[in-house]
Amino acid sequence: MAEEATTYNYKVVRQFAIMAIIWGIVGMAVGVFIAAQLAWPMLNFDTAWLTFGRLRPLHTNAVIFAFGGSALFATSYYVVQRTCHTRLFAEKLAAFTFWGWQLVIVLAAITLPLGITSSKEYAELEWPIDLLIAVVWVSYAVVFFGTIVQRKTKHIYVANWFYGAFIITIALLHIFNNLAIPVSLTKSYSVYAGAQDAMIQWWYGHNAVGFFLTAGFLGMMYYFIPKQADRPVYSYRLSIVHFWALIFTYIWAGPHHLHYTALPDWTQSLGMVMSLILLAPSWGGMINGIMTLSGAWEKLRNDPVIRFMIVSLSFYGMSTFEGPMMAIKSVNALSHYTDWTIGHVHSGALGWVAMISMGSLYYMIPRLFNRELYSLKLVELHFWTATIGVVLYISAMWVSGIMQGLMWRAVNADGTLTYSFIESVEAMHPFYVTRFLGGALFLVGMIIMAINIFMTISGAKAVDDAKIPEAAHAH
Amino acid sequence: MENVQAFYAVFQPIWTIVVMVIFLGIAIWAWSSRNKSSFDEAAHLPFDNDDDLIPHDNNTSLKEK
Repeated sequence: MAEEATTYNYKVVRQFAIMAIIWGIVGMAVGVFIAAQLAWPMLNFDTAWLTFGRLRPLHTNAVIFAFGGSALFATSYYVVQRTCHTRLFAEKLAAFTFWGWQLVIVLAAITLPLGITSSKEYAELEWPIDLLIAVVWVSYAVVFFGTIVQRKTKHIYVANWFYGAFIITIALLHIFNNLAIPVSLTKSYSVYAGAQDAMIQWWYGHNAVGFFLTAGFLGMMYYFIPKQADRPVYSYRLSIVHFWALIFTYIWAGPHHLHYTALPDWTQSLGMVMSLILLAPSWGGMINGIMTLSGAWEKLRNDPVIRFMIVSLSFYGMSTFEGPMMAIKSVNALSHYTDWTIGHVHSGALGWVAMISMGSLYYMIPRLFNRELYSLKLVELHFWTATIGVVLYISAMWVSGIMQGLMWRAVNADGTLTYSFIESVEAMHPFYVTRFLGGALFLVGMIIMAINIFMTISGAKAVDDAKIPEAAHAH
Repeated sequence: MENVQAFYAVFQPIWTIVVMVIFLGIAIWAWSSRNKSSFDEAAHLPFDNDDDLIPHDNNTSLKEK
């Protein structure tokens, strides 16, 4: 045991890192399948559990919580140990977070195709699974903050601030949005009703984006970009202002999901204004990340791993410009309920979240197994398939979405609708095929990554003796 | 209901100012020269481990558990 206290716990990091890649393939494959169903509806095979309505929540839960979640667990456990110069706190509990989280994912994969759902978007899982998530998440908080408390360094590195905010906020959001009255083991009803229920749901929903899909991955950005670029973050001061501005602003933006609904008008306007303000901290963070490379731009040419990270920030900048724009009520009148929204989400989810995770995993996994990456050429190939995949996906959805919006609102001189709904559905078809191709390319990239990582670690000996520096910063 | 509206009428402008002051406070604190050295230290935290070079040669010291 004496030996253990001098080394980092990489075991749980390795477990989550490997599962991130596996769940990434599963979640993206389901996504490609349902994209194909939208283009070719006969792929439903007239089977209830294979229909879009059952599989779509499976796709979103798998990519967000299984792939993204595992990547966040892995990187946060890695970063918090290495920047706090201490071994993970409560290791049995950390092991429990791994197995507990995997159990949640398996239960989701069983219940969602069966049609067991609370029907809240991104919070579809029923109450027994929600309780398990809450227990796992609180354990995660204990492990993470326990590690910070026993740190040997004076400062808490900025990446840990972002990871910490993500952990606390997700606990709050998850617990409050899922408060429900169970009527059976597989069915419950929300304790909120009507417009309140919608508001709570999108307070949760948008902050799942803001804290799960943004703050957590910004934690990755603040550790792995400086490491891969081999220089400290461009401005630590900016990172502090970035953190607090983002935290203060994001929590208010939810109502923009409910423009032109029964939500009070002032709430909609508030959501719109706060969404517009959000552009500032988002771009502040993006610039901070990209400028970290300043003076070493040639790395963009030579190093495909850093290219993943920097291009992910470009997509982050694009989608955080697009988001506030779509939150403007008059723009939203056109964009809402169209494919533009789907395009926006995927520019963030594929371009930003997935690509920063891939970059971070390419950095971290060789260090966890003490091997060099099997092939940088394959990383390069992955980079281009992923990038072309995202661009195909989002441009198809932009065109399709704006076209839908324009067709739905077009009226003749006598006030009748110019197009029937089915005419807009027909017009969408070529873009749905393009989206399927883009998604398939992105999935191919993920499979290339899995092969590369498998070749990297097969036969490698795991690293369990990464030394904690001795009292490096005793001030 | 009227009480709530009266409360909002007073509270909203005050709250706007409070939040603005908090933000300016954070910005001033972040850019004050007093904190520069401690932020520089914090910014270097990711680089303080011994095994940061890849491939880190620690096979020799691997102990079987």
